[in-house]
Amino acid sequence: MPEIIDQIFVVIKHWFMGYVPGGIQPLASAVLSVVPVMIVFPVLFAITTVLERKGLGRMQNRYGPNRAGWFGILQPMADGVKSLTKEDIVPRTADQLVHFLAPVMLVIASFLVYAVLPIGRNMVIANLNAGVLFFFAIGSMVELSVFMAGWSSHSKYSLLGAMRAIAQMISYEMPLVLASVVVIMAAGSLSTVTIVNMQAGYTWIWPHWYVFTPWGFTGFVIFMIAATAESNRCPFDMPEGESEIIAGYYIEYSGFKFALFFLGEYLGMFATSAMAITLFLGGWAAPFSFLTWIPSYVWFFAKLLAIIFAFIWVRGTLPRLRMDQLMNFAWKFMLPLSLINIVGAGIWHFMPAGFGRWGVVSLLVALSCVLLSRGLRRNKWFHVRTYRFAT
Amino acid sequence: MSPLTGYLLLSAFLFSIGLAGALTRRNAILVLIGIELMLNAANLNFIAFWRYGPHPEALTGVMFAIFSIGVAAAEAAVGLSIILAVYRHSRTTDLDKLNSMKG
Amino acid sequence: MVVLVQYVHLYLPPLHGWNRFKMIISFLLLASLTIIGTAAAMSLKNLVHCVLALTLGLVGLAGLYLQLGAQFVGFTQILVYVGAVAILAAFAIMMTRSADPTLSNATATFRTSGAVVAVVVFAVLAWAIYYGTAHQPIFTAQPEGSVGQVGLALMHHFVLPLEVIGLLLTAALIGAGILAMDEHRGNQ
Repeated sequence: MPEIIDQIFVVIKHWFMGYVPGGIQPLASAVLSVVPVMIVFPVLFAITTVLERKGLGRMQNRYGPNRAGWFGILQPMADGVKSLTKEDIVPRTADQLVHFLAPVMLVIASFLVYAVLPIGRNMVIANLNAGVLFFFAIGSMVELSVFMAGWSSHSKYSLLGAMRAIAQMISYEMPLVLASVVVIMAAGSLSTVTIVNMQAGYTWIWPHWYVFTPWGFTGFVIFMIAATAESNRCPFDMPEGESEIIAGYYIEYSGFKFALFFLGEYLGMFATSAMAITLFLGGWAAPFSFLTWIPSYVWFFAKLLAIIFAFIWVRGTLPRLRMDQLMNFAWKFMLPLSLINIVGAGIWHFMPAGFGRWGVVSLLVALSCVLLSRGLRRNKWFHVRTYRFAT
Repeated sequence: MSPLTGYLLLSAFLFSIGLAGALTRRNAILVLIGIELMLNAANLNFIAFWRYGPHPEALTGVMFAIFSIGVAAAEAAVGLSIILAVYRHSRTTDLDKLNSMKG
Repeated sequence: MVVLVQYVHLYLPPLHGWNRFKMIISFLLLASLTIIGTAAAMSLKNLVHCVLALTLGLVGLAGLYLQLGAQFVGFTQILVYVGAVAILAAFAIMMTRSADPTLSNATATFRTSGAVVAVVVFAVLAWAIYYGTAHQPIFTAQPEGSVGQVGLALMHHFVLPLEVIGLLLTAALIGAGILAMDEHRGNQ
C-alpha cells in the first residue's frame, strides 16, 4: 500500500498513456511530465511570497499582511491581480525588443532547470546522463538575462545594478559548481537520479546522505551560501537593495514583467534548493529507515519547505553585505575552501572506513576554514604598478 | 548528400561568416567575436567527424572540442583585457584609428 | 576495403521514413537558428545586439552538438560560451563605451576585399567538402560519448593536455586580471 501511494503519480500517468494513440505517445508523455511541475512550482511561489512576508513580519515583531483573506492567505491573489492590471510602462529610449525578452529569458531558464530534478522515486522529467552539468549550464543563462534587463532599460541605476548583480553571480558560481563536484566524485555520476539513489540506503537507522560526512557538510554549507548569492537574496541582495539602488536592474519594469522577474528569481531559488536537496540531503529519501512509509515526494517538498524557511530566516536576521565584502568573501574564502573540500573528499575516498578518515578530513576542513577567515580579516592591498610612458 | 556533408557545409558557412566579420568590422571586440565564431565552426567539424567517422570510441573529436572550448575561453579573456588596456591608453576601439605603434 | 569490412558490424541500418524526416527537420531548424544568429552577430550595428545574437547562434550550435550525441560538449558549450564569454564581451562593450551609437561606419575601410575573401574561402571549402565526402562511407552507428567515458579518457589518454590546459587557464586568468587592472587605484 505505501508503495502505491508513493508511485501514485507514475501509476496515473501510465494509466493515462494507455489511452493515448501510439503516434503521439512521446509528446504526450513529455507534456504529462512537464505540466504538473509547471503548475506546482508557481503555486509554491505564491505560497512562499505570503509565507515570507508573514515570517519576516513576525521576526520583526509585526504582523505580516493580514487583510487579504483569512490571515492574509489570499495575498498572492491580490498581488497577482495588481501586477496583471498595472500599466506596462516602457521607457521611450529603452531598447524595446531586449527589454521585452529579458524577463522571458529569465523565466524560461528558471523553468528549464526543473527537468533534471527528481521529485520522487521514478519521478524525474528527463534522466539526463549529464544532469548536473545541464543544471549549471542553464543556470548560467540567468546572468545574461540580468544583463539584458539592466542594459536595455537605458538608465544609470539599472545598469549599475545589473553590473553588480552579474559580478556577484559570476563570483559565486564557482564555489557553487565546486561544491557539487565533491558529490559527483562520491557518487561517480553526473546523473541526478543516480546521485539520489546512492543516498537512499540506510545503515541501522541512519541515512547515507552526503550531508552527514565532513566534506558533504562543508559542501552543503558552501552550496547554500553560494545559492543565496546566486538568487540575490539577503544577505547578498546588494544588487536589489531597496534602500540603496531602489530596485537594481528591474527598476524600469512594471506590471507583469516585474512579476515575471520575481517569479524567475524565486523559481531559481527553489531550483537551487532542490539541487542542494538532491546532491546533499538525499533527494526524496526519508531521514530514518522507519519513516520510509511516507511517500517520497512528501519528503522532497518537506525538505524544500525547510530550506525555504531557512532562507526566510536568514533574510530576517542578517544585515546586507557590502559589495567589496561580498566579492572578497567569494574569491578569498569560498573558492579556496571549496577546493580544499575537494581534496578532503579525495582523502576520504582513499582512506579505510572508520574514525581515522572522519578525524583527518574534519581537521583539514576546519583548519582551512579558520585560516582562510583569518586571511580575510587583514585587508592587504597590492603594490601599485607605475608606468613611465615615453611622452 | 549524407548527414556528414550537411554538417561540414554548415561548419564551412559559419567559418566564412566569422571570417567575414573578423575582416570587415571596425570595432576590435567584434573582430574577437568573429574569431570565436571561427573556433566554434571548427569544433562543429570535429564533433561531426567524431559522430560519422571511424573509431568513435576513441573520443578524439570530443576531447579536441572540449580543449578547444577551453582554449577559446582563455583567448577571449586575454584578448578582451588587451582591448581594454588599449582603450584605456588611446580612448578608442576603432581599428582603423589604431594604426600607429607610437604611444 | 579491408577497413570497411572490419566496421560492417558497427553499421546499423540507416534511419528510415519518419525518423529520418524528424532528424532532417531538427537539423534544418537548428542550422537556420545558428546561421541567423551568427549572421546577425556579424552584421548588426548595435554592438550589444551583436552579442545577444551571437548567444543565440551559440545556443543553436549547442543544440547541434546535442543532436550529434555529444552531451558533454553541448552543455559545456552553453556553460562556457553563453555563461562566460558572452558576458565577458558584453562587459567589454560596456567598459569601452562602444554601446553608444557610433558616428562612424560599422565596417572597416577594406570591407569589400574582406567580404570577397570570405566568399572565396567558403567557395573553396564547400567544393572540397562536397567532392571529398560524396563517395566516402559514413558510419551511422550512434557512438556512446557518455560523460563517464569522457572522464576516463581525460584521466588516461589525455591527462597531459588536461594538466597543460589547467596551467593555460591559470596563466590566462592571472594575465587578464593584471592587464585589465586599473593602475591608478593605489594613488588614492
